[in-house]
Amino acid sequence: MERNTKIALLAVIIIAIVAIAGLVFSGFGQEQTLKIATTTSLEDTGLLPVLEAAFEKQNPNIDVQFIAAGTGQALEYGKKGDVDLVMVHSKTQEEQFIKDGYGTQRYVFAYNYFYIVGPASDPAQINGTNATEAFSRISAAGAANPDQVKFVSRGDNSGTNTREIQLWNKSGTNYNTTVQGQSWYIESGKGMGDTLNMANEKSAYTLSDSGTYLAYKGNITLVPYVTQGKDLLNIYSMIPVNPEKFSNVNYNASMKWVDFVLSTEGQTIVGNYGKEKYGQQLFIPLAGQPEPTK
Amino acid sequence: MNEIINAFFEAIHLLVTLDPEVMEITLRTLYISITSTVIAALIAVPVGGYIHFRKFRGKRTVINIIQTLYSMPTVLVGLLVFLLISNQGPLGDLHLLFTPGGMIMGQTILVLPIITGFTILALSGVKDEIRDLSLSLGASEFQAIQTIMHEAKYALLGALILGFGRAISEVGVAMMIGGNIRGYTRVITTTMSLETSKGNVELSIALGIILLAIALIINLVLNYVQEK
Repeated sequence: MERNTKIALLAVIIIAIVAIAGLVFSGFGQEQTLKIATTTSLEDTGLLPVLEAAFEKQNPNIDVQFIAAGTGQALEYGKKGDVDLVMVHSKTQEEQFIKDGYGTQRYVFAYNYFYIVGPASDPAQINGTNATEAFSRISAAGAANPDQVKFVSRGDNSGTNTREIQLWNKSGTNYNTTVQGQSWYIESGKGMGDTLNMANEKSAYTLSDSGTYLAYKGNITLVPYVTQGKDLLNIYSMIPVNPEKFSNVNYNASMKWVDFVLSTEGQTIVGNYGKEKYGQQLFIPLAGQPEPTK
Repeated sequence: MNEIINAFFEAIHLLVTLDPEVMEITLRTLYISITSTVIAALIAVPVGGYIHFRKFRGKRTVINIIQTLYSMPTVLVGLLVFLLISNQGPLGDLHLLFTPGGMIMGQTILVLPIITGFTILALSGVKDEIRDLSLSLGASEFQAIQTIMHEAKYALLGALILGFGRAISEVGVAMMIGGNIRGYTRVITTTMSLETSKGNVELSIALGIILLAIALIINLVLNYVQEK
């Protein structure tokens, strides 16, 4: 039966692929894993693989795995004990996370600023203003002329999204009644890189962390208008998930990661990252210093 | 337009030089999709056979439900499996979330109704006379089923390919359950989505070509097997 031979051959090939690939991907040695939920901004800049490579050189038995999500979602993973550590940037949410017993402690390791970026024509005329003034101008111009002035929001409960909503409310604009749901206000529901691309396609304003903006600058034409000030301060921290709450989390590996990122070597990597690739420092190291206030 | 053409050549370059990352992602994608299809087939073919050969009340309804599940959204399966295998879920102790094992589980669930449904369809395609004939020639019920299965084997193979196609091309389960971890759960579809968002169109196109090539190879193999 030649047909049967062919089918048998096919079956053998399939089983061989599965067996070989299975062997490769199950990992031969018994490695520990360290699962880290991170913000998309850290992922999109490309900093994490560099830190990972240096860390794994020192700790060859720990396999670091990053799951990129917004800060809100990353904290949700932490609240279920699905990851060992979170790397996020939204202080109030972080403090609540620790207060509720899900995380042990905040370890701040870097900061930079949020940028308010927009099209080169600057239709809402925010150039030279501060963050709250820029936001109130955008909402006023958007309401008056929704075809010309648009704002793209991440709308994903991320650290950037949380800050953005705070800024709307702080600028004297009621987020719930005069921002959300308006025709000039677009919620992308995606990570920072995607949102920048969307704002670029739509010639819209958006709020971005400076790291992702600088990493994407080459591909987009948006211009940063407001880049400094207390309201735009963006502090990144690491929080190990509480091992007393979830017995399965790898607290030991978490602390090794924290120690590494805060070490001189880790902080040098953080501080130098981007200089070569983007011609500019993306993160300012923060280990052992008080949190900046302006 | 130029960008697309350049990206296409860059993609060909990545392919002919056997870029290690592209190869690794492809192999992992094949592993996860083939494993889920095989597991699903081991469950679905007997179940489909049972439904086809037995007469019971509500059979039509069962078949309708199975056919409805063909179009089960991948993100819904992703959500259900996430709730099941998350650390706080009923299967949390297995620690399958963000692992290839979890992705295999999700894709298996996704593919099950398709293979079951098409198994039933394949078996219905075999003429009733064959069953009657084998029974009249003195075959036992079991032998008759064997004969029918044998007659339907190419249609059954088609069901497997269809299931595999659904598994390899989906992105919902892969993203929600796998978490798109580089070097661990990153597969072709999630890489394409990520790289496109980063503006790395070349890599996305290369992976898209691979995805198409896999489909083509599978079809060629299927044709080869079906040749007399």
